Amino acid sequence: MPTIPASIDATEELLASEGYVADRSFATVLYLALKMGRPLFLEGEAGVGKTEIAKVLSSALDRPLVRLQCYEGLDVSSAVYEWNYAAQMVEIRQREAGGVGAGDSVFDERFLIKRPLLKALEGKPGKSPILLIDELDRTDEAFEAFLLEILSDFQVTIPELGTIKAEEPPIVIITTNRTREIHDALKRRCLYHWVDYPDAERELEIIHSKVPGCEESLSREIVAYVQRLRQVDLFKNPGVAETLDWASALIELDKVAIDPETVSDTIGVLLKYQDDIAKIESAEGQDILKEVKLELASA
Amino acid sequence: MNVGNIKANPDGRLAENILYFARTLRAAGMKLGPSAVVDCVRAVEQGGISDRDDFYWTLHCVLVTRKEDRQVFDQAFKLFWRSRELVEKMLQMFSPMMADDKPREKPDAAEARVSQALFPEESKQQEFERPEIEVDASFTASAREVLREKDFAQMSAAELAMARQAMSKMRLPVAEVVTRRFKSVNRVARIDPRKMLAKSMRTGGDLVLPQFREQKRKEPPVVILADISGSMSQYSRTFLHFFHALSENRRHVHTFLFGTRLTNVTRQLRNKDIDVALQECADAVEDWSGGTRIAETLHEFNRLWSRRVLGQGAIVLMITDGLERSEDLELAHEMDRLHRSCRRLIWLNPLLRFDGFRAAAKGIRTMLPHVDEFRPVHSLDALSGLCSALGGSYQSKYDPSNWMRSDILAA
Repeated sequence: MPTIPASIDATEELLASEGYVADRSFATVLYLALKMGRPLFLEGEAGVGKTEIAKVLSSALDRPLVRLQCYEGLDVSSAVYEWNYAAQMVEIRQREAGGVGAGDSVFDERFLIKRPLLKALEGKPGKSPILLIDELDRTDEAFEAFLLEILSDFQVTIPELGTIKAEEPPIVIITTNRTREIHDALKRRCLYHWVDYPDAERELEIIHSKVPGCEESLSREIVAYVQRLRQVDLFKNPGVAETLDWASALIELDKVAIDPETVSDTIGVLLKYQDDIAKIESAEGQDILKEVKLELASA
Repeated sequence: MNVGNIKANPDGRLAENILYFARTLRAAGMKLGPSAVVDCVRAVEQGGISDRDDFYWTLHCVLVTRKEDRQVFDQAFKLFWRSRELVEKMLQMFSPMMADDKPREKPDAAEARVSQALFPEESKQQEFERPEIEVDASFTASAREVLREKDFAQMSAAELAMARQAMSKMRLPVAEVVTRRFKSVNRVARIDPRKMLAKSMRTGGDLVLPQFREQKRKEPPVVILADISGSMSQYSRTFLHFFHALSENRRHVHTFLFGTRLTNVTRQLRNKDIDVALQECADAVEDWSGGTRIAETLHEFNRLWSRRVLGQGAIVLMITDGLERSEDLELAHEMDRLHRSCRRLIWLNPLLRFDGFRAAAKGIRTMLPHVDEFRPVHSLDALSGLCSALGGSYQSKYDPSNWMRSDILAA
C-alpha cells in the first residue's frame, strides 16, 4: 500500500505518477502538510487544479475521498450527522407493539445518518480518508467556527452519544475561491498555499499528460496563446481547466494549428464573459494571435 | 514564547533567527501569532529542505495566510536573509545563494512597509512625498484635455493601520436596507410556517417545533464618482486609499474616476494590496490632473454604466468641487438623470470647508438642486476626514437647499 512520501522529491514523483504536474513550491507545501498532519489550505482562481489535488492524492495514496461541498446555509445536519427520525419512530412503535419496554435508547449508532465530516473521522490507521472541504468561502462564518473544533482536535461531539474521535486524523484539503476572506483563526491551523496559473513550460507538461492526443506544435501554440491571454486585462482569465478543454476541442475539430477563424469559433471554451470575448474578437485580439505566431516562429 | 525546546538545532540559532524574521514580518503589518513561529521551526525541522527555494516555501506556507501578504513576505525574505551575515553563514546548509537584485524602475509593492519594519530609523527621513501639486491649476476649471501619468507614494504600515481604524468606526449614511425576502434564524422572531411544516415531515408530523424567520437586510451597492482633475489632484491619493478600504469592507462598490474622461477602476481597486491597487489605478487612468468635463463624463456614465451598476437601490457618492464650465443645461440634465436613477445622491465637496463658501460658481449652482445631501469635508489630507464626513446619518445641515437660499447667494 502506498505510504506518505518521505521527502519533497518523493512528493513530486508521487504527484507526477498520477499525472499532476506540480511545481517545487507546491510539492514542498504538500509534503509538509502530510508530514505535519496539518490541513492544507489552497486558494486560487477557479480552474487552476485545487480540487483536482484531492482526487489525485486519493488515488495516489489509495485512500477514500470524502468530499464536503460547501454552500450558503450549510448546517451541521447536512455536514456532520443527523438522526434518522423516521427509523427511530418505527423502532419505538415496534417496541410498543411487541410489548418490549423502553429499554435501550433509540439514540444508537444504527439511527445515525453520517454526513461527510463524521465519515472522515472513521479512518483506520494508515488508511484514513482524504477530506476535501471544497469552496469553503461559500458557507457562512458560523459554520467556519464549527470547523475549528474538527480541524484542531479531529473530534465531534454528539450530545446523545458522546465524543467521537478519529483514530487517525484524515488528510484535510480546504479550497476557496476568495469570494470572501476566511477567518484568521481557521487559517492559522492550516498550511497556506496560493495556487497560481502555471508558467508556459508547466502548462505544456500538463497538456501532454492530460490530453495525450495533442500534437507538439499545436500544444505549443495553445499554451503560448493562453499565456498571452492571461496578460491581457480580462474579467476572468482562462484557467488550466479551460486550456485543457480548448485543447480537446481543437482535437475534436481536427485542427493542427490555430488560425483566427478557429479562435473565434471556439473562444467560448476559453472565455466565459461577453465583454472578454468582444475584446478578443476586436482588432486587438487579432494582433495577439499574430504576435504569438511570430514568437513561436522565431523561437 | 518557548522555542528553546526545539531539539533539531542545539545552538538554537536558526530558531532564533526565524523568530526575528517573524517579528520583522509582524512589524511590516502581517498578522502572526507566536504559534506561527513554533510551527515554522517545526516545519524546517521536518527536514527535506535541499536548497534556498525549499527554505523559502517552507517559511512561506506557514507564515503567509493571505494572498496579499505574498509580496511583503517576498521582500522581507530577500532583505532579511541577505542583509545579515550571521544568518548567511548559518544558512550555508541551505546553499546560500544571493537573490539577484535587478535594477528596477519602480519600487515593488509593499517594499516601503518592509524596509520600514527592518530599518525604522532610516525610513523616517524619507516620509512619503505627496503627489506634486501644480499651484496654478488649482481651483480653476478647464476643459482642456491633458493626459498625464501619476506615481503615488507607497503606503506605510502606520498609514494602513490608521486607515483600518478609521474605517472600522465609519458607518455609511444608508448602511443597510431591509428587503422583502426572509431568511431563517435560530432565535425567536417571526414564525416561519413553511419551514415548520417541512421540518415536521421528518418526524411524520408527530413533532411540530417552531421555526423562525426574519426579514433579510443587505447593504445597498455604493457607486463612487470621483473627480481627479487638476483642482482635486492633491487629494487623489487619499481618495483612492479610502475607496480601496471601502471596497475591501463592502461587497458591491463600484468606483469611477473622471476628469476629461471616465475610467472604471473597480477592478483595479479590488487588488488586496493597496500599493498594487494604486499603481494599477495610476496606469489605468490617462487624464490625471487635467481639466474637467463633468457634464460629458456624467453623460457617459449615464449612458454606459448607470443601468449596470445603479440597480438594487445604489447610493452614489460624488466627490468633486463642482468647478465646471460646460453648458448649464446639459449638466443639469445629466445630474437630474443620475439623481433619478439612484437611491441617494451624496455630494462631497472639499471647497465647503472654507468659511464663507458661496454656491456662486455656475457649475455648483447647476448641480445643487439635484443632490440629496451636500456634505463638507474638513480635511481631505487624511482618510479619517473622509470617514467622518461620509459617516453618520442625514442631518438638516446637509440639505442642499441651505446653500441655494437667495440671501446666502446675495451676501
